[in-house]
Amino acid sequence: MLMNKIDSKFRLLLGGAALSAILVSGVPAFAATPADTLVEAFAIDDVITLDPAEAFELTTGEINGNTYDKLVRLDINDPSKIVADIAASWTVSDDGLTYTFKIKPDLKFASGNPITAEDVAWSFERAVKLDKSPAFILTQFGLKPDNITEKAKATDPSTFVFTVDQAYAPSFVLNCLTATVASVVDKKLVSEHVVNDDFGYAWLKTAYAGSGPMKIRDWRANEIIVLERNDNYYGTKAPLNRVIYRHVKESAAQRLLLEKGDIDVARNLEPNDLEQVVKNGEITTTSAPKGTIYYFSLNQKNPNLAKPEVLEALKYLVDYDAIGEKLIKGIGEIHQTFLPKGILGELDENPYKLDVAKAKELLEKAGLKDGFSFTMDVRNNQPVTGIAESIQQTMAQAGVKMEIIPGDGKQTLTKYRARTHDSYIGQWGVDYWDPNSNADTFTNNPNNSDEGTNKTLAWRNAWDVPDLTKETKAALLERDNAKRAAMYQDLQKKVLATSPFVLIFQQTEVSALRSNLKGFKLGPSFDTNYVFNVSK
Amino acid sequence: MSSTDTQMESRRSGAWAGNFLWAGGRFLLIGVITFLGLLAVTFFIGRVIPIDPALAIVGDRAPAHVVERVREELGLNLPLYEQFFLYIKGILQGDFGNSVLTTNPVMTDIRRVFPATMELATMGTLIGACIGVPLGVLAAVKRGSLIDQFVRIIGLIGYSVPIFWLGLLALLVFYAKLGWTSGPGRIDVVYEYTFTPITGFYLLDAVIQGNWEAFRNIFSFIILPASLLGYFSLAYISRMTRSFMLNELEQEYIVAARAKGLSETRIIWGHALRNAAVPLVTVIALSYAGLLEGSVLTETVFSWPGLGMYITNSLQNADMNAVLGGTIVIGTVFVAINLLSDLLYRALDPRTRAR
Repeated sequence: MLMNKIDSKFRLLLGGAALSAILVSGVPAFAATPADTLVEAFAIDDVITLDPAEAFELTTGEINGNTYDKLVRLDINDPSKIVADIAASWTVSDDGLTYTFKIKPDLKFASGNPITAEDVAWSFERAVKLDKSPAFILTQFGLKPDNITEKAKATDPSTFVFTVDQAYAPSFVLNCLTATVASVVDKKLVSEHVVNDDFGYAWLKTAYAGSGPMKIRDWRANEIIVLERNDNYYGTKAPLNRVIYRHVKESAAQRLLLEKGDIDVARNLEPNDLEQVVKNGEITTTSAPKGTIYYFSLNQKNPNLAKPEVLEALKYLVDYDAIGEKLIKGIGEIHQTFLPKGILGELDENPYKLDVAKAKELLEKAGLKDGFSFTMDVRNNQPVTGIAESIQQTMAQAGVKMEIIPGDGKQTLTKYRARTHDSYIGQWGVDYWDPNSNADTFTNNPNNSDEGTNKTLAWRNAWDVPDLTKETKAALLERDNAKRAAMYQDLQKKVLATSPFVLIFQQTEVSALRSNLKGFKLGPSFDTNYVFNVSK
Repeated sequence: MSSTDTQMESRRSGAWAGNFLWAGGRFLLIGVITFLGLLAVTFFIGRVIPIDPALAIVGDRAPAHVVERVREELGLNLPLYEQFFLYIKGILQGDFGNSVLTTNPVMTDIRRVFPATMELATMGTLIGACIGVPLGVLAAVKRGSLIDQFVRIIGLIGYSVPIFWLGLLALLVFYAKLGWTSGPGRIDVVYEYTFTPITGFYLLDAVIQGNWEAFRNIFSFIILPASLLGYFSLAYISRMTRSFMLNELEQEYIVAARAKGLSETRIIWGHALRNAAVPLVTVIALSYAGLLEGSVLTETVFSWPGLGMYITNSLQNADMNAVLGGTIVIGTVFVAINLLSDLLYRALDPRTRAR
């Protein structure tokens, strides 16, 4: 009896729980995203600022690429070429030092302020004087805080004159001006928010002062970024009113959201989720090669690894085909040269294949008939861990014992930069869309001593190459585009043959999207992933 | 007569105040020592790990002079003890330094991420306690019965199943298949223009703005991760409730109460649970404090921008200011919640009141 009484109490309680469950279930199932909004799920946790003078992360590159204008842009249909953005035309002086840009007339910022050459000059001054991580893309032209107002100045409201310190290849200069750090910032608007001569740095971190096709409405870290159409944009107006990036890191969660129709695009799906989503008839995928190369390198301070025959042998001890088919399917393509596809001077040559017999022969020539052992520092994430394990197995077939030292990303990098590794597997992404960005690190090593301050990849692996360093420099100054491209192809061939770099693949970015989207296209670089052409 | 009464009264309150001061002082002292120890350990671990913090700030590509400048700005060139001293000095002035990863002051970051975690943890603990306590009582009362076994199994699953897996499964069932709840995130994008976060506690913000539609939506997002966290604390709370209750039910006063002919309901809820409530408060408080640290895995699966993710991310990037700041916040929360449960003790247990 008593127990029954208690039971009835509990029944009441359980009933209450059931009731609240029903209340929750009252929330209707969700239909598609709003018709005037593009919703993307994207890992946006790398965003630390919205300021184009500081932004150097993948996500910020994309956000600023959609919301800021520059003098010139990459031609996304052929990224080895340049097209005008707010510049109407430009000329290069005969001595190759002075670049004169005419600004298109009657342009406006999103704020309604007119865009003048003064804004361009001030944006350059701002980036150089703030001197944040990406500033070197501009300062490498000899710009310094004390000469910047002379080197980058407005001679009249529609003329911007840019003076560089050497007769560089014009393609190099222009390519660098497509970088986010060269974005044009609304001087009048930012000046209203300057505190202690900070060029509005504190304010622009979370604010917006540009003129691109979209404008930034809101950014809540690790949660959301909201872009809206900029009705003051000079070009074709974006068809959609807004674009929303939702921070979703988990691949499986992105997939659920996409299948459910709560997002239009999933940006970070892992290969197995990608494989599954396409089975849903309303989802398609799109991909584009990006400027990131995965490689492993061999420290020349290790006497075994310094032997040329060993370097060549190890290049034959990687199962490129298996890696391409299994480990990087959908996220990359085998690529053995140091310039990514799509950049001026690219070279599409993949001469190396897994060839154990040949490798053994080379090892014997090097006096290492019975093999040898070395270590590889591997950051513990994919796909590098899987690739390292694959390499470990194929190396063993020729008697080379490779020990994997797993580590956290920053930890392996610290060791790499101290040159205390045997070998290191990692990636290198271009900093700006010009062949020099990679040549400058793979084939440039002006001072190979331990005190060398230019910690290029060549330096980190103690690869002392005075000749290649000279050639890299020469290519930078070659003003004939075709000749310049040929010089980089030559450099790539030399790196293929003799370098301590074993290049494996070029990253491909893949997105899965609802098939009702039109015009969604990933660009060649992360800052050309344009969303303003998308419609529904 | 009345004068002696007041004297007695004042002496008693004086003693009470003294007692309280003594307790407070001791509490403060222990707190300070604990914090210092905590800081020292975290700080030195942070400095001896083989990661260059300057690298975390400027990235791999920055030129040497920028790296050097940043090292100097961070004081990384100074001897370790001096760095620690400077850090403590900053904290005493309320300056926790800047996060190297986000470049914001650490406290600004924590103020941003903590409400999200706290909202989730509070909901989770509410769910865990509201269901876990009755379940535990039921299991104790019907010891050895089917219900007891059932509660045990629920507890075991809650303990042993990885939250990551369970979270994804819950999403798959309740969001993708049944459509009862919303998916990962905190609020639907359609509310972007009608709802503005004020305090960072979204449910509260919706109430402040009187936006009931948004409230409903936010609730449909939070309910799944909160239930999941709730389930985990439920597993713990119900087991503890059961054992506390069993202990109480064997006491003589229960026999006495039964002999007096009190109803079983009254005995269980009015007597036994009342007494079991005292240690139970500590259990619930500790599990709440545990949830307040933020659960990295839950936050990852549900795209919840909380403290757990923030600290993990900072740790991976050797962002020691952020890690230390987070440690201090968590430490403070633990201490505060312990203090709160001590106060609750006093309210619940007349014996602990000073006389």
